[in-house]
Amino acid sequence: MTALASSSAPSLALRLGLKPRHLVVAALLVIYPLLASPFWTVQIGAQILFLGVIALSLMFLAGYGGIVSLSQMTVAGCAGYMIAVIGTNSYNLGLGWPWWATIPAAIVIGTIFAVLIGIISVRTGGIYTIMITLAIGVAFFYFTRQNYAIFNGHSGFAGLQPPVLFGVSWRDPLPFYYLSLAIAALSYAAVLYVSRSTFGISLQAIRDNARRMNALGFNVNLHRVVAHGFAGILASLGGILYVWLNGRVSPGTIDIGPVINILVIAVLGGLRHPIGPFIGAALFVLLRNFAIDLIDPERFNTLIGLTFLIIVLISPDGLLGLWEKARGWVRSGGAAAGWRQKQG
Amino acid sequence: MRLFLLTIMNGLTLAALYFLVASGFTLVFGLMRNVNLAHGSLYLLGAYIGYDTADATGSWFLGVAAGFLSMSVVGLLLQIGVFRHMVGQELRQTLVTIGISIVLADLMLAIWGGKTYQFDPPDWLYGAIRLPLVRAYPIYRLALLGASIVIGIALWLFLNRTRIGMMIRAGVDDRAMLSASGVNTQRIFAITFALGAGLAGFAGVVGGTALSIAPGEDVRYLLASLVVVIVGGMGSVTGAAIGALLIGLAEQLGLAYSPTYGVVYTFLIMVAVLAIRPQGILGRPA
Repeated sequence: MTALASSSAPSLALRLGLKPRHLVVAALLVIYPLLASPFWTVQIGAQILFLGVIALSLMFLAGYGGIVSLSQMTVAGCAGYMIAVIGTNSYNLGLGWPWWATIPAAIVIGTIFAVLIGIISVRTGGIYTIMITLAIGVAFFYFTRQNYAIFNGHSGFAGLQPPVLFGVSWRDPLPFYYLSLAIAALSYAAVLYVSRSTFGISLQAIRDNARRMNALGFNVNLHRVVAHGFAGILASLGGILYVWLNGRVSPGTIDIGPVINILVIAVLGGLRHPIGPFIGAALFVLLRNFAIDLIDPERFNTLIGLTFLIIVLISPDGLLGLWEKARGWVRSGGAAAGWRQKQG
Repeated sequence: MRLFLLTIMNGLTLAALYFLVASGFTLVFGLMRNVNLAHGSLYLLGAYIGYDTADATGSWFLGVAAGFLSMSVVGLLLQIGVFRHMVGQELRQTLVTIGISIVLADLMLAIWGGKTYQFDPPDWLYGAIRLPLVRAYPIYRLALLGASIVIGIALWLFLNRTRIGMMIRAGVDDRAMLSASGVNTQRIFAITFALGAGLAGFAGVVGGTALSIAPGEDVRYLLASLVVVIVGGMGSVTGAAIGALLIGLAEQLGLAYSPTYGVVYTFLIMVAVLAIRPQGILGRPA
């Protein structure tokens, strides 16, 4: 897996026209677990990567499609539930399919769910989409909590784990980190690739002016539904990693808190570029793990809520936006030059 | 038959509660295009403050008044402190209200803890009344139903028969034109926001008495408000009443006859409305 991650990075990098500093980041990510403790590898590293992938699916929809969907964690949770329902879990309630059938089935069902959400929400735009996707997310949460036939109600499922393959237990810190890294890298590359494809360009044009694109003969709704589907694949992948690490899935996995957290992560990082969600996830996970030193651990939500508020209020483009601003400021030769430019 | 009638009665009283919460939500949205996702938090905060007031003074009615007034003030502060500075930036307003609701939910948990609180309504509202067919039914729930009908009519009269109501309706149709006609739109916005938030706080106390108040209720009523206004049509108070009726009845019927699929009915209603009339039953195309 190490070899695959490192050998696929340069070729993709070349095709996508990336600069040397990107390779440095990639190399650092690959050697990171060799330097870090298992806690830092999994609870921090892998956690950042798969939360980043789920947030990336939101970034793709919001950044390129102008669709702010709050149901991405719901899609991820649906795929996670399917791992338990179709595969095996410790309550012996699963269908018991082998891993090679369970994983694709979970991704397909997660994606179908995302497409259905797309079909429902596509008829509305802007803030209506937020309201409808939030309503869908919360409704799904209540549904899983009430339903015992499929979702085992309140307690959900436990005993979920990745298969033991090629003699490697993928739950162990090192393999799990590299698995997460590979999926994160692939998702990141896929989003960059799709954003530069014909489909991605038309999607961005639709975001900027749906009416004009409609008049030009583009099927606006179909583009949006397909975007939901693509984001659904990413969210499903992230969701499967999520339940594998936690070993369990329950209504709490897709409660309003986690649903909003994905939005917080994506917005904290910035919705302009696919790297944003990973930066946001890094800040989020680090805050969650180390806020204990600063404040009462019970009050983490106040801290993250205030951080989110501050970022939204001072920089609508998140940390990426702050970075861009700082860079522009340095390039223009500091405050004086910036001020003169504004005056000019 | 008795179960059916009882379910209908429960559905109606639940609808009354949903209407109280959602009418404030839809009023604020209709006028200011602001999705206040902290609306559920206002419901719960109003309930807690009402509970503390009722507990301290021993008067349930003072608790109701405190719930309404405190949330009116909070709404006013939100409008003046936050929303006035980001007019027209819908996404930003939405994100800010999400941030506020995260912080509020956590602070409420810090202050009032995870306990479930129960109000003591006045004696004459307590107990059951004998009704034909359903036999006994709690008086309080009937009073809740009556109160929300009265409030619904008052709201309708306020919007359709008073000068301020006229201005609010004009603002819903065309904010720029209303402002150009010399009306201080910021004041109208502030009044509407205070009224909408106050209704959420009022519903918090009144609804908390019928059921109970506990952490998580904010999300429940936010969801109810969202679904009710999506179904009824954004910005329409009458639409909120129709939406609340549909959702309240669907939820109780679902609960009575197929408990594990209750939420699905609510959800199906929403999907059906979106498929046929994306703007909601009484909404106007955006």
